[in-house]
Amino acid sequence: MKKTGAQLIWEVLVHEGVDTVFGYPGGTILPAYDALLDYPIRHVLVRHEQGAAHMADGYSRATGRVGVAIGTSGPGSTNLVTGIATAMMDSSPIVCITANVSSAAIGSDAFQETDVTGITLPITKHNYLVTRTEDIVPSLREAFYIARSGRPGPVLVDIAKDALQRSIEFEWDDTPVRLPGYRPNLRAMPEEYERAIEMINSARRPLILAGHGVMMSNAMDTLRRFVDKTNIPVAMTLLGLGGFPASHPLNLGMMGMHGEAWVNTAIQEADLLLAFGMRFDDRVTGNLKTYAVNARKIHIEIDPSEINKNVRVDVGIVGDLRETLEELLPKVAEGDRSEWINYITDLKGDSAVRDIQQLPDTGHLYAAHVINDLWRLTAGKAVIVTDVGQHQMWEAQYYKHDYPRKLITSGGLGTMGFALPAALGAKLGLPDEEVWVIVGDGGFQMTAAELSTCAQEGAKINVAVINNGFLGMVRQWQEFFYNRRYSATPMRSPDFVKLAEAHGLTGLRCTTRGDIEQVVAEARATEGTVVIDFRVEQEDAVYPMVPAGADLHAMIRRPYSPLVETSDDPAK
Amino acid sequence: MQQTFMVYVEDKPGVLNRVASLFRRRSFNIESLTVGHTETPGVSRMTVVMDTDDMTARRVEANLYKLVNVLRVENIAHKRSVIRDLVLLKVRATFETRPQIFQIVEVFQGRVVDVTGETVIIEVTGTEEKIDSAIEVLNPYGIIEMVRTGMVAMGCGDDTPSVNPEFVHASAVAPGPVQ
Ligand SMILES: Cc1ncc(C[n+]2csc(CCOP(=O)(O)OP(=O)(O)O)c2C)c(N)n1
Repeated sequence: MKKTGAQLIWEVLVHEGVDTVFGYPGGTILPAYDALLDYPIRHVLVRHEQGAAHMADGYSRATGRVGVAIGTSGPGSTNLVTGIATAMMDSSPIVCITANVSSAAIGSDAFQETDVTGITLPITKHNYLVTRTEDIVPSLREAFYIARSGRPGPVLVDIAKDALQRSIEFEWDDTPVRLPGYRPNLRAMPEEYERAIEMINSARRPLILAGHGVMMSNAMDTLRRFVDKTNIPVAMTLLGLGGFPASHPLNLGMMGMHGEAWVNTAIQEADLLLAFGMRFDDRVTGNLKTYAVNARKIHIEIDPSEINKNVRVDVGIVGDLRETLEELLPKVAEGDRSEWINYITDLKGDSAVRDIQQLPDTGHLYAAHVINDLWRLTAGKAVIVTDVGQHQMWEAQYYKHDYPRKLITSGGLGTMGFALPAALGAKLGLPDEEVWVIVGDGGFQMTAAELSTCAQEGAKINVAVINNGFLGMVRQWQEFFYNRRYSATPMRSPDFVKLAEAHGLTGLRCTTRGDIEQVVAEARATEGTVVIDFRVEQEDAVYPMVPAGADLHAMIRRPYSPLVETSDDPAK
Repeated sequence: MQQTFMVYVEDKPGVLNRVASLFRRRSFNIESLTVGHTETPGVSRMTVVMDTDDMTARRVEANLYKLVNVLRVENIAHKRSVIRDLVLLKVRATFETRPQIFQIVEVFQGRVVDVTGETVIIEVTGTEEKIDSAIEVLNPYGIIEMVRTGMVAMGCGDDTPSVNPEFVHASAVAPGPVQ
């Protein structure tokens, strides 16, 4: 049957099981939008293409399926760039489809022509410039396959307008994609396993560093069995949170710049680090020269280029984490690590007393209280999408993630403006889940226009704006390292309640700790997207903090505060 | 030390750019890069030379393998191999100096490929060092123009590598253990 190139796009998407796409039309992509009307795919009209890429990303992180973003040529495709880079850094499988000017005009600086394959070359896993209708189907099928296999990532397919308009004879062909140079699943030599097992069994102070790879490879259950057998405690990266239950007695919490003090100390004192699907980002290692110098290191990672990139390891096992752990599990010995575990427990020492949860209720509203209460009130079961800044770190510390894929955050790129669109993507992927955005007043304003998209789609998400009147995290750095010279960080915001109302949505405000519960309850009970303006303490800081590039054990701690009662039990 | 990679890539538009961009992006410094056809249609072969330690070389290899269009990477730094560079030199050659220049060319087993009243074009192939010294010796006569191809390399022996092996063991691309 004859099909236009535009129709072929949707043919592939339907075959790939895509039900929702996020995009914005324009001159060159028009043929695709025209054809869209005849296909059973929901199109979400975003307010800025960056939002489309973040929505595809959020959709993908929530569901595990490939998210799709669409933009027109020129500005439509350059607007996608931030979202693509975000997805690249966090290994999120998305496919971006852009149109370009007609093939004859490519290279002539035609109206709205951009070299988007050139621009996105270093921030995509792979990309395609398609100038022939015949290449549309193979390129798109490859794009989906590449995006989701191996270490996932974004793939962009840029299609010339004339290739969209031409018709060709088309029969669906199910032969699997063949990419001779693409090797998504490498396997390690058996010797590497032997050496790893020997090291694990003889370690006295071992520690697991669990990263995003745990969820990417669906290794949650395997990791749990591994931990239960070996009794090795687990430290989490930001993107790893949820891959191993926070409530498990051997889950120590988050590591790194704003990690728990005892976790960072334990890393520095361990004699063996087991890095599972993580990449030793500088935000988790601090100064590499003094990082875990007492520990031997085993790195299990699907991407061979990550091994020995930042931290030199003793054993590098390249492969899928779940398969690798299944391989190791029968061969590792059961271990009694009580001495080491007790030691770490002692390290917690006065940490609980220093905890912000212990601050007396003086009527002030602290972001950490909002987030901890939110965790309690949602029984830790909501999908939380955070933006970037202080609130993001407090979320990581105070929303205890027991379940995988319930925290969606921009870790690697740290993209402000990510949360709202990513949350809408997540909600449309998982309509039955409760979705909360936790966002700063700064980041919210970067993509607040997507409230309009939430309204148009009739989506129900709850947006907790942690409003401190500052670009909080930057202000914190100025407080600590720049002598409190608050250059360009105080920020005036619109009335967020009215902003919500202007979109036909509900806006609520909360200014005291005692009101959190009632406001959260009201938001949950209200139909449609709700924005809550939490007016929090303006100059609060995230503790502990390892200054950038400092030794991991050189943490700035929260000053002491008097002990008061708090709730630790989500059931309460 | 000098690391020499033989990189087999799919002969598709933009592949050279992908490889070059990877080196730029990761701050791997290329000394020389050449590209040309191979015995297999649709497959090009690059020779990439860089000066770096073995650990970085393994990272380069692993990163190259991440490019979808890269079929095979082999570092021949620690293998017996033949490495060649080719230079074309346009040298000032008067009636008096021409015999001397011809002699020098002979010593370097080069060839004179063009002669005019005032100049000659000389072609020399060989290792980088040999070409460097030919240039040095010819320099006093007046080098008017010079072009070099950059290095091409081939491993010695019978075990001709497959252009696109079915399976690459991870250990072949992941850097090995460090004691
Ligand atoms: C797009 C972008 N621009 C700038 C930054 C640098 N940055 C990191 S955190 C931060 C402050 C965020 O302020 P806000 O959104 O109010 O959140 P808070 O830290 O107060 O919780 C800034 C500006 C960034 N991460 N992303």
